[in-house]
Amino acid sequence: MTGWALSLFRRELRLAVRVGGSAMVGVLFFLAVVTVIPFGVGPDLNLLGRIGPAILWIGALLATLLGLDRLFQADREDGALDLFLMSGRSLELLVLIKCLAHWMATGLPLVIAAPVLAIFLNLEPLAIGAVTLTLLVGTPALTLIGAVGASLTVSLRRGGLLLAVLVIPLAIPVLIFGVSSADAAIHDPVPFMTPFLILCALTLITAVIGPLASAAALRFSSD
Amino acid sequence: MAIWDYANPTRFLRLVQIILPWLIGLCVIAFAVGLYMTFYTTPDDYQQGATVKIMYIHVPAAWLAMMCYSVMTISSLGTLVWKHPLADVSAKAAAPIGAAFTFMSLVTGSLWGKPMWGTYWVWDARLTSVLVLFIMYLGLIALWRTMEDPIKAGKAAAILTLVGALNLPIIKFSVEWWNTLHQPASVMRMDGPTIDASMLIPLFVMAVAFTLLFFVLHLMAMRNEILRRRVRAMRLKAAATARPATVTATAQPAE
Repeated sequence: MTGWALSLFRRELRLAVRVGGSAMVGVLFFLAVVTVIPFGVGPDLNLLGRIGPAILWIGALLATLLGLDRLFQADREDGALDLFLMSGRSLELLVLIKCLAHWMATGLPLVIAAPVLAIFLNLEPLAIGAVTLTLLVGTPALTLIGAVGASLTVSLRRGGLLLAVLVIPLAIPVLIFGVSSADAAIHDPVPFMTPFLILCALTLITAVIGPLASAAALRFSSD
Repeated sequence: MAIWDYANPTRFLRLVQIILPWLIGLCVIAFAVGLYMTFYTTPDDYQQGATVKIMYIHVPAAWLAMMCYSVMTISSLGTLVWKHPLADVSAKAAAPIGAAFTFMSLVTGSLWGKPMWGTYWVWDARLTSVLVLFIMYLGLIALWRTMEDPIKAGKAAAILTLVGALNLPIIKFSVEWWNTLHQPASVMRMDGPTIDASMLIPLFVMAVAFTLLFFVLHLMAMRNEILRRRVRAMRLKAAATARPATVTATAQPAE
């Protein structure tokens, strides 16, 4: 079992980082979003320091959404999706592996970029650590929820916009607990661990629901 | 096996034809009684004055917004698990009604909030989660509208509805997590309702009236959807028989 899983994981990762993949574009978009926000709210460093964790989280959410529409669409176009469906492997596991590879290619770079971008936003070292940690825990949940939207809209010609509309409401709890645990680390009216553990729980829940729902949607989209 | 007897759309339509007039009559009576009580017999609140009467529209609408999603969730289970042929019709018909009730509860809530809280909108847990529910309704409707094949669209929307059903417990949970400006639930509580019977009875009557209104609209919308699908099937058939030669020549080059 591990043989095919590992080779699928490697294939996905290779496709994402080579020419035609879009692994680094997400980080560029993240940078662009974070750059644009001071133009909107003004260059006040105190204000930016206060809303910095929220800006980073929203930037990460938008960047994740941007990359999601290619999660299954490219496979559908070149026929790989039909091979996945007929391979007789567990489709849920297959989706999970694809999500993991997709997160490694698009989510992890966002987490790595976050401390650098946090400097632009005048965050304290403690806040930088907290935001990075919450992003590390929370962005897999965004990818896994997004996989549901990606598989529902896989057969549509312009699925990307609808995908964002469908996924954003479901991603709101992740955003809430991500930002509030980052805030709790800085201002500490509540202990950091409470929202952080709920964020971890949300990621684990989505790791079950995401692949299950996504695999069901892919099965229905094919027949 | 009563629910399977009405898997046949024709039999279902006949049932609707019998039930609907009675249901409409009951709905009109319930609204007449409820609105009369709301306007003439219920007392004004000593603090809020006459604005408290918005409650008799706002609270039932909010309840219905939740109930409608529950109906859609059950229908989605019917689509995916039991493959009941009318389940996706029911879910599709319920979505715009639920969106309308959600919108109504948001509008009446913000009109009530202006004199009470001094603002039309606060980013409080419950308001926010109802807004999220509204966006989810609109997303589901959009999903139905972008897929041409009604069967496929029904299955996709059913999956999304079930995933979204997880949002409902989070709504309740988020109220307890933030517990802010919006007052905590005062009717559905373990230690009994905290509002007086003179207000509770009209509220209950209005809730019944709204529920009846939902069922009237839902049955009507289901009937329309069945008829719409029949028209679609007839049109496809007519198009296929009209010019079969050209149809086969250009049929599906890519897929």
